[in-house]
Amino acid sequence: MQYEASTLTLTKADLADMLFDKVGLNKREAKDMVEAFFDEIRSALAEGDTVKLSGFGNFQLRDKPQRPGRNPKTGEEIPISARRVVTFHASQKLKGMVEVHYAKLQQRYSNQ
Amino acid sequence: MTKSELIAKLAERYPQLVAKDAELAVKTMLDAMARSLAQGQRIEIRGFGSFDLNYRPPRVGRNPKSGTKVSVPEKFVPHFKAGKELRERVDSEA
Repeated sequence: MQYEASTLTLTKADLADMLFDKVGLNKREAKDMVEAFFDEIRSALAEGDTVKLSGFGNFQLRDKPQRPGRNPKTGEEIPISARRVVTFHASQKLKGMVEVHYAKLQQRYSNQ
Repeated sequence: MTKSELIAKLAERYPQLVAKDAELAVKTMLDAMARSLAQGQRIEIRGFGSFDLNYRPPRVGRNPKSGTKVSVPEKFVPHFKAGKELRERVDSEA
């Protein structure tokens, strides 16, 4: 079955609907599974672990040193504290999927 | 953590489900997310983050080996922005 998204944004509710349709989980289980999926990824990252989801992409952690910043309103200088941030690197497969779709759209335009 | 480790954790969390269901669930979700992005549909997961496409204008690049100029066409690349809860948890436990 081809799932048709109803909006321009994919949300947890859409993912739960797909688990109901395709995996056969009941509505409650589907909703819990979606929550658990993101919760496990979040917990691994919080513990300092990289998350590698082959075919989709990798979530990595970067430790950034303190750097000088500025309050854009007042111009006052305030240091931006050292912090750990999450970065996402899309897999070659995902990047390829995005490019192929875009190339198709362009072709459709130029044929009109 | 890899995809198979994530599947194992979810299967552990839901002993009433068959292990294969956890695997199918993870694959279904990742596949749906990849297809959404590929079609230009953004993803917004409250408490986790959002995935968007960023535009890269066409540019003249260079073949790093030969040094010859090559034109790189415009394209879209996936981009993730961590949500508040993820940002705070990752930073506070660092």
